[in-house]
Amino acid sequence: MAAAVISVDGLSASYQKNTVLHDVNFQVREGTITAIVGPNGAGKSTLIKTMLGLHPKLTGNVRFWDDAFKTAKKKIGYVPQRGSVDWDFPTDALDVVTMGLYGKIGWFRIPSKKHKEKAMQALKKMGMEAYAHRQISQLSGGQQQRVFLARALAQDAELYFMDEPLAGVDASTEKAIMAILKELKSRGKTVLVVHHDLQTVPEYFDHVLFLNKKVYAHGETEKVFTKDNIATTYGGDMQWVGKGDQYVIQSTSH
Amino acid sequence: MLSNLLHTNTMWVMTSTMILGIAAGGIGCLAYWKKQNLMSDALSHAALPGVVVAFFIIQEKNLLLLVIGAAISALLGAFLIQWITNTSRITEDTAMGMILSVFYGGGVMLLAIANRSAGGNQSGLNSFIYGQAAAMVRSDVITMMVLASIVIFIIFIAFKEWKLFLFDASFAKGIGLSVRGMNVLYTTVLVTTIVIGIQAVGVILMAAMLIIPAVSARYWTHSFKMMIILSSVVGGISGAAGTWISSTGSGLPTGPFIVLVSATIFVLSLLFGKEKGIIIRFIQFKIQQRSSKEDYPLTAGKGGSQ
Ligand SMILES: Nc1ncnc2c1ncn2[C@@H]1O[C@H](COP(=O)(O)OP(=O)(O)OP(=O)(O)O)[C@@H](O)[C@H]1O
Ligand SMILES: [Mg+2]
Repeated sequence: MAAAVISVDGLSASYQKNTVLHDVNFQVREGTITAIVGPNGAGKSTLIKTMLGLHPKLTGNVRFWDDAFKTAKKKIGYVPQRGSVDWDFPTDALDVVTMGLYGKIGWFRIPSKKHKEKAMQALKKMGMEAYAHRQISQLSGGQQQRVFLARALAQDAELYFMDEPLAGVDASTEKAIMAILKELKSRGKTVLVVHHDLQTVPEYFDHVLFLNKKVYAHGETEKVFTKDNIATTYGGDMQWVGKGDQYVIQSTSH
Repeated sequence: MLSNLLHTNTMWVMTSTMILGIAAGGIGCLAYWKKQNLMSDALSHAALPGVVVAFFIIQEKNLLLLVIGAAISALLGAFLIQWITNTSRITEDTAMGMILSVFYGGGVMLLAIANRSAGGNQSGLNSFIYGQAAAMVRSDVITMMVLASIVIFIIFIAFKEWKLFLFDASFAKGIGLSVRGMNVLYTTVLVTTIVIGIQAVGVILMAAMLIIPAVSARYWTHSFKMMIILSSVVGGISGAAGTWISSTGSGLPTGPFIVLVSATIFVLSLLFGKEKGIIIRFIQFKIQQRSSKEDYPLTAGKGGSQ
């Protein structure tokens, strides 16, 4: 059995008065690709932010390769939700991807030609080389998402956190992104993805983490991706329309 | 006029306001992307009571010591804004408005007391409100130039770090840049620039020196580096030209002329700017319209008749 890359112990977090994560425990093995699923406001983004020290934790412990985040952070890549930055910022796609290399370039040094080439390769991988010198506000939403992915690729991390990389992208971008994720997995990297489309979970991910304030279920997709787990995680007000092994969720409360 | 320009003291003062303008233009860009334009206004107003209190304590007009007083009260203002925002339901811009007016009001009151007390009339402290570059003596000029040069150096040495910090702070944190350290550095250079500028430009208009060059530069470029450079150039030109104009008449305040020069550059940028200027946009739109009429004469004709 592969070693645990992440182990989360009794993690909880809150915003002002309301607790959004409560006693979260799970472990992630190396070389796996895990979907984090749960309804809007379940605390998925908060979980990632808390694990990465971007949001304070109330209690609990998070270890990466048995180390604290501080020691491990060089090996961790993070693709935030697209809306988390101002795309009007004066910079181009290549420049954003180069930011993934800043840790390697070193502080107060200027990126060399070699670094620019490396960033270009990452862009090429995402099929974005034609847009390298395009101002980022002039990219479509899906293209911006690809730029963020390319930046994470350039970073060459061992463990990736991605917050809804497939939100609002078209079918071909989705295919391109998933191909990259599969490739990362085949190279032994570990990936955690916040995902909203339950129908594609079995196809794309080998592990699932059901989250709604606490962990409802976690494990290999074949074992835990069941109607029961989905129903309890998303609450009782969901109506199920089963079509073969496809799941369509309809909320009856709205 | 020309003899005025050749006057050595005027040359010195012009050089110093030019360097101040360069520093203010650069840091103004950082403030622009930190979305903290109102913050610089609040901080410059909050500096006033510090200046007067420092004068009460040292009883002479030594720019360096007054600047330290100004910095302490500006930082106190910044701290109070944070504190009010964090501990109450008052939003940040309301807190800034409160601190700005309370500190400025307190400063004006203290200033009135200072002017009444013995020797106060000669204090020249009034120049801190509207700015009087000509009132600066040689040591003031040197203090200002040294501090402004340090600010410029800090902005330019860490281009890439500022860019990452301002564009995506959480990613920056993830790859090991100390966001807290950057925040401290940012506040330090911002406050330094403001407090060394208030004698020449005045607390009321200091914020304009930070904001106007940055928004003017925005119309010319899509590159962060270019934006900082252009903004610094606009700041430098406004500083020097404004000082020169104000030196042509005796007793003219400097701040308003610096702001007028930079506002003129802003209007020119708004009209002629290469990237977002009104005229270039209009021309591009017309060219597109014409070529689409050529490509689809029928639909364009229909659209036009509506
Ligand atoms: N900055 C904030 N201040 C206060 N409450 C917040 C903040 N951010 C999130 N929350 C609350 O915390 C809860 C969890 O939010 P989070 O963003 O982690 O949800 P999520 O699972 O990522 O949702 P989504 O699927 O919509 O992205 C929500 O109820 C939300 O209202
Ligand atoms: Mg989220």
